[in-house]
Amino acid sequence: MAAETLTLAKALNNGLRKAMEDDPKVVLMGEDIGKLGGVFRITDGLQKDFGENRVIDTPLAESGIVGTAIGLAIRGYRPVVEIQFDGFVYPAYDQIVSQLAKMHYRSRGKLKLPVVIRIPFGGGIGAVEHHSESPEAYFAHTAGLKVVSCSNPADAYWMIQEAIASDDPIVFMEPKRRYYEKASVDLSVKPGSLFTSAVLREGSDATIVAYGPMVKVALESAAAAEEDGRSIEVIDMRSLSPVDYAPIFASVRKTGRLVVVHEASKNLGIGAEVSARVTEECFYSLEAPVQRVTGYDIPYPASRVEEEFLPDLDRVLDAVDKSFGW
Amino acid sequence: MAEKAKAKAKTGSRSKTGGQPEYVQLLTPEGDRVEHPEYSVSFTDDELRSLYRDLVTVRRLDAEATALQRQGELGLWAGLLGQEAAQVGAGRALRPQDMAFPTYREHGVLYTRGIDPIMPFGLFRGVDQGAWDPNEFKFNMYTIVIGAQTLHAAGYAMGIQNDGAVGDDNGEAVIAFFGDGASSQGDVNESMVFAAAYNSPIVFFCQNNQYAISEPVARQTRVPLYQRAQGFGFPGIRVDGNDVLAVYAVTKAAMDNARRGNGPTMIEAYTYRMAPHTTSDDPTRYRQSAEVEEWKAKDPIARLGAYLNNQGLADETFLADVEKQAGVEAVSLRERVLSLPNPAPESMFDHVYAGGSHHLDAQRAEFVAYEATFEGGAH
Repeated sequence: MAAETLTLAKALNNGLRKAMEDDPKVVLMGEDIGKLGGVFRITDGLQKDFGENRVIDTPLAESGIVGTAIGLAIRGYRPVVEIQFDGFVYPAYDQIVSQLAKMHYRSRGKLKLPVVIRIPFGGGIGAVEHHSESPEAYFAHTAGLKVVSCSNPADAYWMIQEAIASDDPIVFMEPKRRYYEKASVDLSVKPGSLFTSAVLREGSDATIVAYGPMVKVALESAAAAEEDGRSIEVIDMRSLSPVDYAPIFASVRKTGRLVVVHEASKNLGIGAEVSARVTEECFYSLEAPVQRVTGYDIPYPASRVEEEFLPDLDRVLDAVDKSFGW
Repeated sequence: MAEKAKAKAKTGSRSKTGGQPEYVQLLTPEGDRVEHPEYSVSFTDDELRSLYRDLVTVRRLDAEATALQRQGELGLWAGLLGQEAAQVGAGRALRPQDMAFPTYREHGVLYTRGIDPIMPFGLFRGVDQGAWDPNEFKFNMYTIVIGAQTLHAAGYAMGIQNDGAVGDDNGEAVIAFFGDGASSQGDVNESMVFAAAYNSPIVFFCQNNQYAISEPVARQTRVPLYQRAQGFGFPGIRVDGNDVLAVYAVTKAAMDNARRGNGPTMIEAYTYRMAPHTTSDDPTRYRQSAEVEEWKAKDPIARLGAYLNNQGLADETFLADVEKQAGVEAVSLRERVLSLPNPAPESMFDHVYAGGSHHLDAQRAEFVAYEATFEGGAH
């Protein structure tokens, strides 16, 4: 199969289809994922091809969706759950944190819970309240869960397949504002390792670490910085728990400067952990304190001001300047 | 500790409070067999005696566990005193292919599944958190978060349907246990919504033991709990939870109905928690001894004992043997509980992830190195 130009949404759709073809135990569950194909059309056409037993329209109850997915997993299935929007995952929080995350541990390894929870996350789409949140840190803080996020169509295609193939429960964060952005996807590509970060752009003067929707902002910032004569390395974390730190540490030891970017609030966000770890491991390499460019510590604001809330090129470059000015 | 059941059964009169609930009953508190238009049992004499043996044994093991907790050998124990008939009746009605999702109190169900009764003691002693394979025993690990397991049960039942393992007399079915307190939980209600939506092979078995720790069932519901089922669109039925014959009959009918593809049933087993909620509880703060005495007269073991006695099915030799064997099992249980090994401290890092984690590997190595600095010391 040659490379195709796909949106991130279609790449996920293809990845789900491939996973369902490869393993008859893979079932999809969620609200409106059948005939409608999901509100973002990620499951478009899958119920028609795989039937109502494998693409299951569920009652409108998030705890119920995750709880029954756990039961299906105990029965030997590999459920892939769609949470319709980030802000609707909280009713399922107990099932995710107290049951899904802990049952393998509780059983001393005798019970596997290969459940994937897909969450379209982040803002920038002009939505009403509860439709633009970034709850990844809640899950990354929970032992027993693994948390990943794709940033581009090519990664989305293989990462969703690897997540489904994993025997651990995975929270799969999908950057909804990037769903309809296109890129070339090689459908024959051999999947990489899900829990690795990737250096997307090499540089020597500073490092920007981002994930999900902010990777694009990081890359644009690096391109703009180049015009100012600064060579910026950009790393896509991809996995938020566990974090693949080796490329981050190597980069910081090279550049001496780090900017971490995410939409989620700053307080105890992923950036706080990255900053702490880099400080612990690369203390003598750092030329300046780690800079964080994040959402503010407020509820996600009304959409008419979300552009001011969200990290963008100017704020990232400002942080880069701050690092150099230290 | 084991009380002589027969003495109680002779207590002929007891005060009746108003509004005795309607329920399926096949054996009165006095031990008289009564007929029901829909439900019946046809046990052989040996089967009746083995039911009695299960009831007595389950109570004896429960008493041993409570004693172990009082002696500091268990961190906690959630007793089942008074609920033996509900659990033995339900458990004995299951077939080998059926899957059970317990709370943390279904020691009696576990026992009737033929599982070694020591299995949950690791959890209560604090040496593990369950550590068994639900699929090996067709018995899920205990779930402590109230009601959470009912959703797992509903999902498992969906899996049975997807596997095509439902629809005839040899079909599989699921039983989800929960209590009157759990009936208020969103998860329990959602599990009923899911089960109804997919018409899944599941029986919701509510042991209404009248209390959620200190809160009486009136704090959870204005209608009898079994009537909630109607609102979800499947049958609900109340059974005398202290009548092992009726519980068996009602549960078996519901499970068979489910395995044949006819969908869910909710059973409310009307019973009473004679013991504290757990060993950490003090029921004297919230309930009257008169109420406890009233329920004592409805004791599940006494009534079956009286029936066996009336029918000439149990003589002194049999009764003594039941007591003796239960005692033997209890002593064996005690000895094995006391010899449960403490886990190695570094084993707390095991099994967090099926696929492992470099991050945790590093943290474990740090821990092991730190612990090693104490070797030979007072740590």
